[in-house]
Amino acid sequence: MQRVISRLGSTAIVVFGVLCLVFFLIHLVPGDPVEVMLGESARPADRMALRESLGLDKPLPVQFGSYLSHVVHLDLGTSLRSKRPIIDILAERLPATLELAIAALVVAIGVAFPLGIIAAVRKDTAWDHSAMAVSLLGVSIPNFLMGPLLILFFSLWLGWFPVNGREGFGSLVLPAITLGTAMAAILSRMVRATLLEVLGEDYIRTARAKGLGPRAVIWRHALRNALLPVITLLGLQLGALLAGAVITEAVFSWPGIGQLIIEAIQSRDYPVVQACVLLISLSYVLVNTLTDLAYSWLDPRVRLGGSA
Amino acid sequence: MNTPLLTRGAKSTRLFGLWLPLLVIILWTIFAIVGPFLPIAPDHINLTHILMPPGAQAILGADDLGRSLAARVLAGSQTSFIVACWVVMISSVMGTVIGTLGAYLGGKWDLVLIRIIDIFLAVPGILLAIALAGILGPGIENVVIALSIVGWVGYARLARSQVLSLKHREHVQAAIALGAGTRRIVFRHLIPLIMAPLIVEASFGVAGIVIAEAGLSFLGLGVQPPEASWGSMIRDGAQYLLVAPHMVIVPGVALMLVVLSINLLGDRLRDKLDVRRQPS
Repeated sequence: MQRVISRLGSTAIVVFGVLCLVFFLIHLVPGDPVEVMLGESARPADRMALRESLGLDKPLPVQFGSYLSHVVHLDLGTSLRSKRPIIDILAERLPATLELAIAALVVAIGVAFPLGIIAAVRKDTAWDHSAMAVSLLGVSIPNFLMGPLLILFFSLWLGWFPVNGREGFGSLVLPAITLGTAMAAILSRMVRATLLEVLGEDYIRTARAKGLGPRAVIWRHALRNALLPVITLLGLQLGALLAGAVITEAVFSWPGIGQLIIEAIQSRDYPVVQACVLLISLSYVLVNTLTDLAYSWLDPRVRLGGSA
Repeated sequence: MNTPLLTRGAKSTRLFGLWLPLLVIILWTIFAIVGPFLPIAPDHINLTHILMPPGAQAILGADDLGRSLAARVLAGSQTSFIVACWVVMISSVMGTVIGTLGAYLGGKWDLVLIRIIDIFLAVPGILLAIALAGILGPGIENVVIALSIVGWVGYARLARSQVLSLKHREHVQAAIALGAGTRRIVFRHLIPLIMAPLIVEASFGVAGIVIAEAGLSFLGLGVQPPEASWGSMIRDGAQYLLVAPHMVIVPGVALMLVVLSINLLGDRLRDKLDVRRQPS
């Protein structure tokens, strides 16, 4: 319990820090942010109005205080372009990004576990070497290259999937593979490494000595213990996944948060940029805290407060 | 967690794990340095060459404006090299000094440092870089600034964890007893000893920066046309995938070769310097 409370405490500090960071983003705009956002031809009255609505005419601490109180009330401001509340726009775009992230996660796990398990069980064989070569390729190919190549082969040449957009299951396949590849590559290495470590433990020898088949040893004994560090890595990698979604969404014109942030940057709609960064970062913090808590709940060594 | 990128065993390991990657990196460096003096014209528009596939008239083909892809890939190698060098230099020096100071001074300083590191780690790196580059505006300097702001954290964390395990060693205690100042201890007695893991981190860092620069340029947040970057070349090529796939494949292969080579060499270096990744 103590652990949970202290974990939540440090999460609260991090959340506050992220809010500061996002708040200061708009002050990094070179020159006058209002002028940059509205363009030079804007009427002085409009500038005054925007400056006032963003609170840029007030001293910094006051600005920050009102920013915080707005965020707490889920008021993220209004988009400069569409004039709609940003929270509504985010709510509209979020399902697409979630769908993509979950699909990519499924791809990553579906590829990484078989690959990692085969590589570990048949260590130092051709299986191992080719599995690791595939994973090496996976880490070295960025998703903005992977995406166009997949489109070329599977959409243009073979015609199996749509080139872009979000219409039905078919349109999800290529973006999910694109986004999931890097994670699958890292994850399969992790699965291989932890599984190898666990397979060297005494209790595995015991399990083998009492006559358990290799399958039972792997599934019942080794994998269960190898799973914990892998789960932590999954949580940590989720940040990379969410950030990677920005580029993947741009490649496939996938109408999610990532596409929104790029559109907002292009149209200098900075309040929307801020809101997107805030949303992605906070969901990452949330997931990490949950993984941490899940970890301590799953692992009796940590849960019971032993010196794990 | 030290899985080598290439599992050893085969004789070809040395060739593919050392010599070929080394060759790629040397070529990349040479092209980046002598590129501006070569008789190439990456911005030269030749309307008769538009979308021309690789062949006798254009070795690697031409793009949608009829510019030579070979010349543009060379120019792009320069962009990625410059950005990678600057960012790794700035962020590694900044991160190392901050991390070492925090860990050495301890107490309040260290606490503040941990909090700042935690906050930066809470924002996915490339996302923050995208937002920063988007807000600072395009251009190679702003790419360097954005990536450095994101990049120093990793070095600071590594330096901190290393120094924490070092600062109670006898030689540091002796230096303190002899009245050495903080600056002398940090720069003469601590940083030299933590160089090995930092160099390994920096070598993998180069690969990350090359990808990040290309990624930002892909999104239109990096160098501006007509300047060439592998990322912006891939973006331009993506619009002509069906008629001119070489527009994506040529810069894509260049990018992958460099990234793959850096990762393989970094792996070698890690084994050579015998660095274990330490949990921090």
